[in-house]
Amino acid sequence: MGSRNYPLDTSSLTISAKIVLAGGFGVGKTTSVGSVSEISPLNTEAWMTEAGEGVDPVDPGSGKTTTTVAMDFGRITLHPDLVLYLFGTPGQARFWFLWDDLCRGALGAVVLVDTRRIEESFAAVNYFENDSDVPFIVAVNMFDGRLTHDLDEVREALALAPEVPLTTCDARDPGSTAKALQELVSYTMNLSVSYGAP
Amino acid sequence: MIETAMRSRRVRAYALTGGRTRPRHHLLVETLVSVPHYDPQFSATLLPESQALYELARERISLAELSVHLTIPLGVIRVLISDLAAQEMVFIHPTGYAYQHDPIILERILDGLKELPA
Repeated sequence: MGSRNYPLDTSSLTISAKIVLAGGFGVGKTTSVGSVSEISPLNTEAWMTEAGEGVDPVDPGSGKTTTTVAMDFGRITLHPDLVLYLFGTPGQARFWFLWDDLCRGALGAVVLVDTRRIEESFAAVNYFENDSDVPFIVAVNMFDGRLTHDLDEVREALALAPEVPLTTCDARDPGSTAKALQELVSYTMNLSVSYGAP
Repeated sequence: MIETAMRSRRVRAYALTGGRTRPRHHLLVETLVSVPHYDPQFSATLLPESQALYELARERISLAELSVHLTIPLGVIRVLISDLAAQEMVFIHPTGYAYQHDPIILERILDGLKELPA
């Protein structure tokens, strides 16, 4: 920490952290980012000028009117010196290459599931189970405020390991989204304790 | 025509970085940067894109937000910020990743989330 690059006034030091919201297309990632973010979710389309052109077909049945070309992110200033960023993963398969970059350094991930289209989130669960060290939990998004399948059925359908926390949330509700984020952070803390601090 | 426009824009972005694609610093999308001591004379010497970064970073800002505000791909932002940091003109704040096993930081994040207005 003796670098001259360090600001003279260390009170200006701010730590930023990141949580990733993952899941397939139309499961409510943008909604949940927007529900707790202090800024309107920013769309990172700008990064994607080389990779993404055109838009994805939106299932007319989903009632989704905005199209996510790339990924959205939001910001929560938790303390004056601690800022949390929430990043929604790009749902489309052709953006898989971005997941590693996006997930690097994340405290954890919440995989959102829509039980009406559970298969939309298979790929995200696979990714965090097999291709990533980032701790993750799964949250069933209750679009209409109620749960259409019980959680055991969802766990079975996702072939989710018993140790992975499974919860519910309403992506539109800030309190509910915040709760899911709390569950994730608690889970990450428990993992840190059981792994032991390096 | 559209194809040509797209291509020239792509080349331009990476030409800015002198062809470099790997920054010297470990910069995550959420990494915050800020200008510790603003120097208008230094700013005036910068290429427009770096100058825009330097000006925006007078207030603490993340790489992801810089990318959005300036419509510059994140990879390019990383390299340009890295150059400014190497000249000690921009400070790179630590990310939570460095504290991932630090219970105090995680506890503070949890406390902050609990205090959010529902």
